[in-house]
Amino acid sequence: MTWLIDLLSGLALLGGVFFVIVGGVGLLRMPDFYTRMHAAGITDTLGAGLILLGLMFQGGWTLITAKLLLILIFLWLTSPTASHALFKAALADPSNSQPLLHKEPPSSNS
Amino acid sequence: MFAATALGILVCMILAMARALLGPTVYDRIMAVNAFGTKTVLIIAVLGFMTGRPDFMDIALVYALINFIGTIAVLKFIRYGDMGWPRNMPDEPDDL
Amino acid sequence: MLHLIGLWLFCAGLWLILSGYFNIPLLLVFGALSCALVVFIAWRVEKADPEDQPLHLKIGPQAILYWPWLVWQIVLANLDVAKRILDPKLPISPTMIKLKPTQHSEVGQVIYANSITLTPGTITASLSDGVLEVHALTQEAADSLLEGDMDRRVTALERSNA
Repeated sequence: MTWLIDLLSGLALLGGVFFVIVGGVGLLRMPDFYTRMHAAGITDTLGAGLILLGLMFQGGWTLITAKLLLILIFLWLTSPTASHALFKAALADPSNSQPLLHKEPPSSNS
Repeated sequence: MFAATALGILVCMILAMARALLGPTVYDRIMAVNAFGTKTVLIIAVLGFMTGRPDFMDIALVYALINFIGTIAVLKFIRYGDMGWPRNMPDEPDDL
Repeated sequence: MLHLIGLWLFCAGLWLILSGYFNIPLLLVFGALSCALVVFIAWRVEKADPEDQPLHLKIGPQAILYWPWLVWQIVLANLDVAKRILDPKLPISPTMIKLKPTQHSEVGQVIYANSITLTPGTITASLSDGVLEVHALTQEAADSLLEGDMDRRVTALERSNA
């Protein structure tokens, strides 16, 4: 049974690292602030979720797993609130540029 | 396995730090710092497993909460230039 | 009164999980007292807060089924956005849309708005007077929101007499 749990946990950690790095790449590649927020959302949801899931497999049925679950719940409750506040503040700021919409060809500045 | 995970998270932290340094607007920087904080939570949890010290989970939990409150506080400071009261309110309400 | 007891039970459960002390009576008493202090402060704050609103949520199969469905949607949206980020041509088409949520309680609308933000590819920009403004990374994500599947599921969470 141990090898199965190790395998599942390894797969979850690998997937989590993949999504975390993809989110980081997206943070650099996206053309403007508003689209970058979507890339940041990837690391906050599935990247964090898969890494914590992989650690939960390692923790077993102990208090550590309960704490990891609490971390996951807090992250998933607070990250939409923070994104929404950040997005709204950026949109309301007159000195900040308005979001690029798809009518204009998005200019990529890496 | 944990070492590889920690390395992957570190790579992403470098990417987020690059965005924080590059970011043309202040909001880009706040977003990058928020993402950096989320990854700090993850790396604290992974390091706790790597060194066999499960007490690190408590630190990660507290860091997750502080990261959220810090983001909101910085946003409020940028919006109003003040942590306490909005700009259009009297300086100090009497009933508090 | 009932929800204050519920709050105390919730705090006590959280305290037990976080502390991990199950058999030291002195610490258990301290934990119970600090939970009681939190409940007392919450009771005082509630008296001062006119916007206090109870949770008008149904307890039934929808309430349990919604969260796994939301996690599945998040996984699908993550795969989609990840594919677009890794594509060398970066095929994104950012869109702003307006939505009219059908939930009639504020809690339902907040759950809907938070679910939209939690799904990568869509972020709620504002929620006021029953109109949601949503920024979507792609045209497809905006279209799937306009179909209103998530909207119907959140509305099913609400109590009908709320």
